[in-house]
Amino acid sequence: MKRLAIILLFLASPLWAVDPNEILDDPVLEERARSLSQELRCPVCRNESIDESNATLAQELRIVLRERIVAGDTDQQALDFMVARYGEFVMLRPDARGANLILWLAAPAMLLIALIVGWSTIRAKRPVDEGLTEAEKAELEKILGS
Amino acid sequence: MSCPMLIELGHFALILAFGIAIIQMIVPMVGAHRGNAGWMAMAEPAATAQFLLAAFSFAVLTWAFVTSDFSLQLVYQNSHTDKPMIYKITGVWGNHEGSMLLWMVILTLVGACAAWVGDGLPARLRARVLAVQASIAVAFFAFVLFTSNPFLRLEVPPLNGRDLNPLLQDPGLAFHPPFLYLGYVGLSMSFSFAIAALIEGRVDAAWGRWVRPWTLAAWMFLTVGIALGSWWAYYELGWGGFWFWDPVENASFMPWLIAAALLHSAIVVEKREALKSWTILLAIMAFGFSLLGAFIVRSGVLTSVHAFANDPERGMLILIILAIFLGGALTLFAIRAGAMESKGVFSTVSRESALILNNILLSVSCFVVFIGTIWPLVSELLFDRTLSVGPPFFDAAFTPFMVALAIALPLGSILAWKRGTLGRASKSLVGWLVLSIAMAGLAYAIQSGNSALGPIGVALGVWVVGGAIADLWMRSGRDTLADRLRRMTRLPRADWGKAVAHIGMGVTIFGIAAMLAWEKEDIRVAQIGDTWEVGQFEFRLDGVNQGEGPNYLTTMADISVWRGDRQIGDLHPEKRFYQVANMPTTEAAIINGVIRDIYVVIGDPQENGGWAVRIYLKPFANWIWGGAILMALGGCFSLSDRRLRVGAASAKKTTAKAVPAE
Repeated sequence: MKRLAIILLFLASPLWAVDPNEILDDPVLEERARSLSQELRCPVCRNESIDESNATLAQELRIVLRERIVAGDTDQQALDFMVARYGEFVMLRPDARGANLILWLAAPAMLLIALIVGWSTIRAKRPVDEGLTEAEKAELEKILGS
Repeated sequence: MSCPMLIELGHFALILAFGIAIIQMIVPMVGAHRGNAGWMAMAEPAATAQFLLAAFSFAVLTWAFVTSDFSLQLVYQNSHTDKPMIYKITGVWGNHEGSMLLWMVILTLVGACAAWVGDGLPARLRARVLAVQASIAVAFFAFVLFTSNPFLRLEVPPLNGRDLNPLLQDPGLAFHPPFLYLGYVGLSMSFSFAIAALIEGRVDAAWGRWVRPWTLAAWMFLTVGIALGSWWAYYELGWGGFWFWDPVENASFMPWLIAAALLHSAIVVEKREALKSWTILLAIMAFGFSLLGAFIVRSGVLTSVHAFANDPERGMLILIILAIFLGGALTLFAIRAGAMESKGVFSTVSRESALILNNILLSVSCFVVFIGTIWPLVSELLFDRTLSVGPPFFDAAFTPFMVALAIALPLGSILAWKRGTLGRASKSLVGWLVLSIAMAGLAYAIQSGNSALGPIGVALGVWVVGGAIADLWMRSGRDTLADRLRRMTRLPRADWGKAVAHIGMGVTIFGIAAMLAWEKEDIRVAQIGDTWEVGQFEFRLDGVNQGEGPNYLTTMADISVWRGDRQIGDLHPEKRFYQVANMPTTEAAIINGVIRDIYVVIGDPQENGGWAVRIYLKPFANWIWGGAILMALGGCFSLSDRRLRVGAASAKKTTAKAVPAE
């Protein structure tokens, strides 16, 4: 059912993200705007960037973003502007500040632990063969003795 | 014809199946404990009866949809008399209640299959497996009957229904959910085997051989299900994305990753009697992630805006099911895992070590997906920060693991069991290494721009595919070319399965990298009669017409595609409007190709009389799903291996003289 959920998001309006009339004339600036808008979440959509979304608010954000870029903002300044205005929620790439360090460091830490455990498993010198247990010895004795 | 009695019979069958599942959960388990053969033997007919009743119930619901029986609330809410027949049928599971019933049919089918083909299993293990399987069925029957009953009636049946969501009126709905459920639910069998083994306190090579086909089959279905979903989104959503790192997608991806790890580690158990407790843990976690996925999809906790199956009460119940099964299983594991000592000894450079690395990379990559998926929830609950974790995070955090996996795969899969030598392995791979670097260089030289993504994808793809071929080649001996080729065809099917699945992985990696790196996009307003170029193709908007479908209105464009003087296609992208559901959709028009897809979407009419048109050139797009199909095909080959087919008979021998727990 996973796909149903995504598909159901698109109910609101025609499926159309970036409109031809939004596009900046300068291809270099437009290129920057496109890649930045993939980093920003449409606030009223579910897990969609403003680049993909067809919501009206997403379109407004795309236009605001382009205005900032045309006004000479760097990529970081433009992103900061959007975060200041719409909150941390719009960033699809969470920053690595505060508790978010856990998010970013969890996987490397887990990998480290797993590698250590894995390595010690591989290196563990197991007794190759402990020989027979007492019970088995007794049984062997019985068989051989008889 | 609509028969009110029939609906009640379907409802009754569901309740009866619930009762039988409760009995099957208890009686065989007690029987296995006491050594009572009669009690143990009742599991088999009970499993069959459960399946037949669930299937009957499902058939009744399907009948209600086919005959548009609007006295059923579910049919009223999700169907319409004008809807084409195929979507009346697939619409049965295009909603929460119906899809849960499909889930039950598949769950009981898997249980019944275990009863039917499980002759080779020792009676005690078999009784326990079927009892554990029944306990899962009990939980979900209760869930369906108490929170998601598909058989609720309306006192006054409306004249017509509200129609199925138009985006679901697509052939994709026929196949995508059933395959996914086969995968999710198939993993329940690995889980049942793990729990039964923990109760028995014994895991041996025979256990590894029994659990592997179930895992392999579940993983194959999951692979196909995920690929179908991805392909569906690709052509249906109108901009050709294929993966969104959406929580609901991640819900299916996590069990896939763990199942992939499990089917590799089960090989180690089967061949070398090592990694036993780890394999058991993976079997528990694989199904645990399936349940977590069900929770994510059905509760809507992580997806508060979405409309499907968004019900806190249902979510709570699934969370309880998850807690009981996972908590119980892990407790049992903690108590019993100590008894699972490994037998096989292996040196640092060996296939076993390589498979441990495989398991580490797959499990940790699953952990990345897991933490990224739940982080928004954790962060909001514990740190009061409302934030998003989207594709940029997953791309950055997940990709390195897949790159590492792809680099290690050819080397690891060619190493010998127990004690390998890097020298021998690297000698047969050095040619492929050179070729993959050369191909990457070539790709870099040809492409415009400096992106590393494409060349890296090419290198990894060639390396993984080449490694799989080199592996087969190495197994063919040292004779003449003809002899080696002949011997290759006679290799066990499991060897071919491994090679084909690994080739599939290489193909998918290449496809993803190539499409993302070299995609071209063109957005413009076109007047009728306009021509324009995108890449080496010329497009002409020949016209836009209005039309009518069975249950929608359509605006269809006519766009011809030219390459030089030759017309290579005529595309008809549509915008549809479904009146009953009051909803528009876009239908992209695609020319599928091996080298590239041409993907065309028509947008809104513009003020100056033109039309917005979007064109994408998506190089190697189909390789993404082609690779996934190869992976599943590899699973098929492996599943049909003689070793597994005759496994039942030979297993009988090994268990007849089974030694006490190691």
